[in-house]
Amino acid sequence: MIIAERKPLEEIRGMIAGYKKILVAGCGTCVTICWAGGEKEVGILSSQLRLASSGEGTELSIVEACIERQCEKEMVEELRDKVQDVEAIVSMACGIGVQTIADVFEEKPVFPALNTTFMGMPEAEGVWTEKCRSCGDCMLYWTGGICPVVRCAKGLLNGPCGGTRKGGSCEIDPEKDCAWVLIYRRLEKQGRLDLMRKYYEPKNYRAVKRPGKIEALKA
Amino acid sequence: MIRGNNKIVAFCCENSAYLAADKAGRMRLHYPDNVRIIRVPCVGRVDLIHILKAFEKGAAGVLLIGCHEGACQHLTGNTRAKERAAYARNLLKEVGIDEARLRMANIAPDMAQQFVREIEDMTEKTKER
Amino acid sequence: MAKPFREALKTKEFVVTAEAGPGKGSNVAKMVEHIELLKDRVDGLNVTDNQSAVMRYPSLGTCLLIKEHGGEPVLQITCRDRNRLAIQADLLFAYSRGIDNVLCLTGDSVDVGDHKEAMPVFDLDSVQLIHLVHALNSGKDMVGNELDGGVDFCIGASATPSADPIEPQLIKFEKKLGAGVDFIQTQAIYDLDEFKRFVEHARKTDAKVKILAGIVLLVGAKMATYMNENVPGIYVPQYLIDELAQAPKGKGIATGIEIAGRLIRQIKEERICDGVHIMAIGREERVPEILEAAGL
Repeated sequence: MIIAERKPLEEIRGMIAGYKKILVAGCGTCVTICWAGGEKEVGILSSQLRLASSGEGTELSIVEACIERQCEKEMVEELRDKVQDVEAIVSMACGIGVQTIADVFEEKPVFPALNTTFMGMPEAEGVWTEKCRSCGDCMLYWTGGICPVVRCAKGLLNGPCGGTRKGGSCEIDPEKDCAWVLIYRRLEKQGRLDLMRKYYEPKNYRAVKRPGKIEALKA
Repeated sequence: MIRGNNKIVAFCCENSAYLAADKAGRMRLHYPDNVRIIRVPCVGRVDLIHILKAFEKGAAGVLLIGCHEGACQHLTGNTRAKERAAYARNLLKEVGIDEARLRMANIAPDMAQQFVREIEDMTEKTKER
Repeated sequence: MAKPFREALKTKEFVVTAEAGPGKGSNVAKMVEHIELLKDRVDGLNVTDNQSAVMRYPSLGTCLLIKEHGGEPVLQITCRDRNRLAIQADLLFAYSRGIDNVLCLTGDSVDVGDHKEAMPVFDLDSVQLIHLVHALNSGKDMVGNELDGGVDFCIGASATPSADPIEPQLIKFEKKLGAGVDFIQTQAIYDLDEFKRFVEHARKTDAKVKILAGIVLLVGAKMATYMNENVPGIYVPQYLIDELAQAPKGKGIATGIEIAGRLIRQIKEERICDGVHIMAIGREERVPEILEAAGL
């Protein structure tokens, strides 16, 4: 799923400066799960914005809403009535949601309350880690299910590099495992080290022509 | 007796703080009348938005009063409340509200005097000067 | 005039290379000093490529200086700052200017350097880079187009014999040997028994490759500890840190030189490998003393 993090309050306040009536719209899918932009977070952000404004003596009225998913035009349409009455929209969705809202309500300024960070999963409660870089050329079949594009700091296909720290942690961060040591151990467990011994050609970094587009219905 | 115009909101766990407040009442202990006591089944039930909304509605200070560590009937309610209060303090700091206006305390159900002290302390601390 | 490096590799019993690090800026005066000091004392002079991801005068430029001053340069190329197009282009240029020795490296991560927000390229890794040089050597670019004017590089790679865990590193090393390299310059060596085992293992895969043991000059206990924690691929053992710590004040470098000399002497006498690669990081002017201490 998509993992995002709320921007610092000051940054958000800077975006909405001068607007007196705004809509804060949350999203019920990925950003709810990673505690960044769901219904709860809409409540908290709105409360903080009101407290900050009243502290300064500036006028700010907020309409709060949360829809199931902001990356679907039909669901975003549900906000139309609320959008009529406001000057601007603060979207608490990932970058996809923000842009969908911006496309559907072209005449209203839309501000992102979150920084979309990566595709990942919950490793533990409150801990989300990046797992996929959407390179479009998945090689997990020969790396024992561990992605070197994401988890190797240098994205090597013939790893490890010579910078692995003692014990098998990454050159960059002693708290991170060297992905290639992990891949070695995983393949060893499965008796498939031959996969790691093979030479892998340079990666096709243009497997997905960006910006990506898939047309499933095209013949 | 300390009087104050500043509003204090006290979320009181029904197994400890609320009983202590009750006892204070029966003992005819005087405490500031600016406090609004909100009874909760456990102080862990108090969420971030409740704390923020209390301040939005004009509270000068907010108290979360629950059971002693290890005595929570819901096992971890009070420890979670402690962490949540710490998180809330950061949210308050972001909007220019002094961290000292939010306090988490642990008392036993018979500690009427301690309950009164908490209210008095917060009232004094948050008085308009 | 220095003998071509590749000839030295073929004919000499004990090959010596050293590393020279460029400065940060267009002022090459110090670099030229180091080149003059070392060019006739070593068989090959390596130039680092934005070492430790700190931006510096380029390896390619310094190799040109070495050529101009009559030395034998070894061009170090990393995969961190350039994509496959830029690397091939640089190699064509290098060869056209008489630089024909290349050390193929992955490169230290951007995070350890001084431009921490830069985009790390890593379009290729070191093994792919070795294959790339072979493609160029065969008269084609890496996608198969014929070159108008070929190249003929002597190809080198690095190794980390004291990595822990060692098995993944050995797999990587075998891939490098499998790709075909003329010489190996290892990361710093301190444990000679461990190194002997490493060399034996290497010989099983490729009996002909020339292996040069990496010798890093330590100047004090603090530096050694710092390098352990911050410089990728370096593991200084505790007993050497202790020896440096016990050195009398002001004698840190002298002790370091002695340690380096000792190691080189032993490697040569016991014929553990084919030579040494001396890295006196930031202290290139001390290399002659190290050679002297080693009896070379």
